[in-house]
Amino acid sequence: MAPYESDDATAAAADEDLHSTRRKAARYVVPVAVVGVAAATIGLVPALADSGDPDLPKISAQQLIEKIAKSDVQQLSGTVKISTDLGLPDLGGLGGGIAPGAGSGSGDGSAADPQSKLTELVTGTHTLRVAADGPDRQKLSLLERGAEYSLIHHGKDVWGYDSKSNEVYHSTAAGSGRQHRAQPPATPKDFADEALKSVDDTTSVTVDGTAQVAGRDAYKLLIKPRQSGTTVGAISIDVDARTGQPLKFTLTPKSGGAAVLDVGFTQVSFARPAASTFDFTPPKGAKVTEEEKGAEARRHAPGAGEEFGGGLKGATVLGKGWTSVATFDTGAKGGLPSGSQGGDLGGFLGSLGEKVSGKFGKGTVFSTRLVNALFTDDGKVYAGAVTKDALVKAANGEK
Amino acid sequence: MSRAEAAAESAEEAGAAADTAEAVAAPAARRPGPLWTFGLLRSEIATTVRRWRTLALLGVLAAVPVLIGIAVRIETRGGSTAGGRHGEGPAFITQITNNGLFLVFTALAATLPFFLPMAVGVVAGDAIAGEAGTGTLRYLLVAPAGRTRLLLTKYATVMAFCVLATLVVAVSALAVGALLFPLGDLTTISGTRIGFADGLGRALLIALVVAASLVGVAALGLFVSTLTDSGIAAMAGTVGLLIAVQICDQIPQLHALQPYFFPHYWLSFADLMRDPVYWDDLQKNLGLQGLYAAVFGSAAWARFTAKDISA
Repeated sequence: MAPYESDDATAAAADEDLHSTRRKAARYVVPVAVVGVAAATIGLVPALADSGDPDLPKISAQQLIEKIAKSDVQQLSGTVKISTDLGLPDLGGLGGGIAPGAGSGSGDGSAADPQSKLTELVTGTHTLRVAADGPDRQKLSLLERGAEYSLIHHGKDVWGYDSKSNEVYHSTAAGSGRQHRAQPPATPKDFADEALKSVDDTTSVTVDGTAQVAGRDAYKLLIKPRQSGTTVGAISIDVDARTGQPLKFTLTPKSGGAAVLDVGFTQVSFARPAASTFDFTPPKGAKVTEEEKGAEARRHAPGAGEEFGGGLKGATVLGKGWTSVATFDTGAKGGLPSGSQGGDLGGFLGSLGEKVSGKFGKGTVFSTRLVNALFTDDGKVYAGAVTKDALVKAANGEK
Repeated sequence: MSRAEAAAESAEEAGAAADTAEAVAAPAARRPGPLWTFGLLRSEIATTVRRWRTLALLGVLAAVPVLIGIAVRIETRGGSTAGGRHGEGPAFITQITNNGLFLVFTALAATLPFFLPMAVGVVAGDAIAGEAGTGTLRYLLVAPAGRTRLLLTKYATVMAFCVLATLVVAVSALAVGALLFPLGDLTTISGTRIGFADGLGRALLIALVVAASLVGVAALGLFVSTLTDSGIAAMAGTVGLLIAVQICDQIPQLHALQPYFFPHYWLSFADLMRDPVYWDDLQKNLGLQGLYAAVFGSAAWARFTAKDISA
């Protein structure tokens, strides 16, 4: 302040002053250097950590497929990152409104119902944790911000626990283990099994070098459809060289761009997970919903959400290989929610689709980067990983 | 003021040798020992904690868990769950009825986005600028502490306040939780059960992680504090920056930048309640806080040691 200004200690000779000013300015080099070092570390460390592709003995595609088939990993735990980019609008918030209602038939299900919960995996990037110990004990957890959804299969019990809403879903039905497996696939192995089912003469399968996945050496299996008309560009599966366990699954569309589906372990261990992982008792004060009788039947009813889960049960398949198109009759004359019928939701869906017509009549095509679906005005649905033209052709052919 | 006394005491021996921080360079100056530094830190902390403003901030922080606890208690009286059917509200709020210990986590999750950093911003912003504003900074610099040492002491004081503020929230929440809700074994958010002692240990760990999450904003506040001679301006600047960054963290178009915002991984402390603990985001959070502390700490040093102290 003013009275002290005259005896300020910084008064010094002019040349010294200039010198010290320069020295003072030089101090700002320190924070700038810290930023520089940090930026360099962030940029370089991943590049340096990538120690190149591992050197593994040559293997044929046939041998690799056998290796996957023979793989018998019973104990496993790890973290899976799943990214889905179907080119759909973000259903994060919307999904709560549409998908659970369509999936379970009634909008009043438990927040811990696996069907409604795992529909969230359809869009965006999610982190999952998986653990397995034999066929009777599995756990799948969906990590959320400050919360977690766990699906625990232990013996004949299947528990779903949603920590966000503190709700528990429980089912003990006989054969629940099978049902558990019928849930939407989530691990790279689930997807790899599905992809390998479709390997036939319409497909080229090659071994495309090696890679490092979650710190383990892996072979890359490249699956490419030979047919035209499909939207699938290529499927790449990284298979653990030692155990034959698929560690990473990537599906790229023919149109190019980012992968439609990218599922991979970011960390994996083949040691037996702690037994307590699979123990679950509903916490005090949690709301427990028992699986309703007849939920089974309802689950198989076709709904708007079904195609996402890869369900398409009770559908007829037209064609063969990659260009096969599934079709089923919704029984809803006048087509699926159109503007007049479905109110706001219908108008919204209608605006996403594209009107087409052909020998089959008229309909609306809903496109994603992978799956296209044609909803005809007489209530039939054609869906497949095929182009719009192939879809219309399939619909025409059936007429 | 005890701090001024300590400064004046040493000033007698050192004379008026304290120039631009490098008091040590003056031949007459006695090099202050580590014990002296500790004394300076102790007097700094005592001065900070004794301020009415600090006590009021701590009082507000202690009141938050009480409010949450009573609200959840009233809402769940009829057996309904807190936070509605879809679990709105701060993290863990629905689990409070299972176990009072969860009130600690909920209270920290509720105060971390705003109340805690605001309190830290006020204390950090006041650290240098407040002294300059009231004209006491020059007396502090008369002591042979040197500017670097004084700045480090100030930063240590702010960090001690981070820990204190977090512990006030945690202890208040634990007390309210124990009064209003049952305690005992708890269910982690992964669905597994852990013992109460293990739960308490995790609560302490979470409190420390939350305190460490504030290190970045503390360094930022200290830097802002060296830029101005007005304590109010420094506090307002720090809190304003905090709010601006919090808003930017919510804008989807900025998602490429968001991992570098200091509040981005704040709520990752919840990952300590998973079983096994998910460390990825926790490590990112602590790394980011360390980076902010290094960048803004050294910027504050560069500014403070080169600054003309006119008051």
